[in-house]
Amino acid sequence: MAGNKRKVQEINAGSMADIAFLLLIFFLVATTMNTDTGLLRVLPPMPDPNQKQEDVKVKERNLLLVFVSKSNFIMAGGQQMDIHQLKDKAKEFILNPMDDENLPEKENKEFELPDGSKWTYPVSKGVISLQTDRGTSYEAYIMVQNELTRAYNEIRDEAAMRKFGVKFADLKEEERKVVTQAVPQSISEAEPRNVTGK
Amino acid sequence: MKKKGDKSLPPISTASLPDVIFMILFFFMISTTMRDQELLVRYKLPTATEVQKLEKKSLVSFIHIGQPTLAMQAKFGTAPRIQLNDSYRTEKDILDFIAAERDKLNESDRALMTVCLKADDATKMGIITDVKQELRRANALRLSYAASKSLGY
Repeated sequence: MAGNKRKVQEINAGSMADIAFLLLIFFLVATTMNTDTGLLRVLPPMPDPNQKQEDVKVKERNLLLVFVSKSNFIMAGGQQMDIHQLKDKAKEFILNPMDDENLPEKENKEFELPDGSKWTYPVSKGVISLQTDRGTSYEAYIMVQNELTRAYNEIRDEAAMRKFGVKFADLKEEERKVVTQAVPQSISEAEPRNVTGK
Repeated sequence: MKKKGDKSLPPISTASLPDVIFMILFFFMISTTMRDQELLVRYKLPTATEVQKLEKKSLVSFIHIGQPTLAMQAKFGTAPRIQLNDSYRTEKDILDFIAAERDKLNESDRALMTVCLKADDATKMGIITDVKQELRRANALRLSYAASKSLGY
């Protein structure tokens, strides 16, 4: 019996490397390395044409108008500013730390945390309205979007840090949901102005 | 004498070569994704710091906007074009495109459908806004502006 077993021929594994190479080359050709990343937004639904649209009135103090002109200049709240200043402007607008009368109202809302306790957070009523021209470059638009996202992300980080002691990204799923509700990302993208007439 | 010395050297064993190659193979299988479609436009994505990963690839439809590729420029010029699936389209076709893409998905996943807008950073906002308006009309509201990760300025 033992002698019989010894006689079974070994399978030649010499071509294994070739097969592996073949597979490797197939994957090299058929796949791409980069994963898709991007800035996520939810567009407002199209208003129903049959239904009469009542204008949603937003108080002037609750609105920050950011306009990117066709030569990519940025206007925020009536002042021209640099891209680097925009984030702090947006943060100041959303947080309104001094309870300024010209900055957005805040409403204390109570949130239920996953562990059953309650958490009160002053939710800002501020809306950032982002307007562009038809001639604005996409790059400038994304840069502005990025700065606004960054403002919101930093505020969320701060809120999460104060309440939970960790950054927003390290929170648990339910806690993250609560913080997202406490600091909602309200960026409204209006239809473009047609200044260039193109 | 020299020949004798050569002969006494044992050949290098290649028995572990397949293992090495398999290792590289698995690395590529895990870290890459399948190429899905051929590009007819070329674009350089804008950069941003606050990008998020697109979660489920199967729920994502792509819209590419940019100049036609060099091979296509003789025929189509250099004005920015919109590519849906494998051909140049206009923004009027987006409604049908979204409807077709939505049909491919499960009923439960349709609300989560995301459109990924891959546009060249030199594109003007006019064309982007037209696309956005069409997406609103098609009720495809989850939108991702594709951007590559940068470390900031």
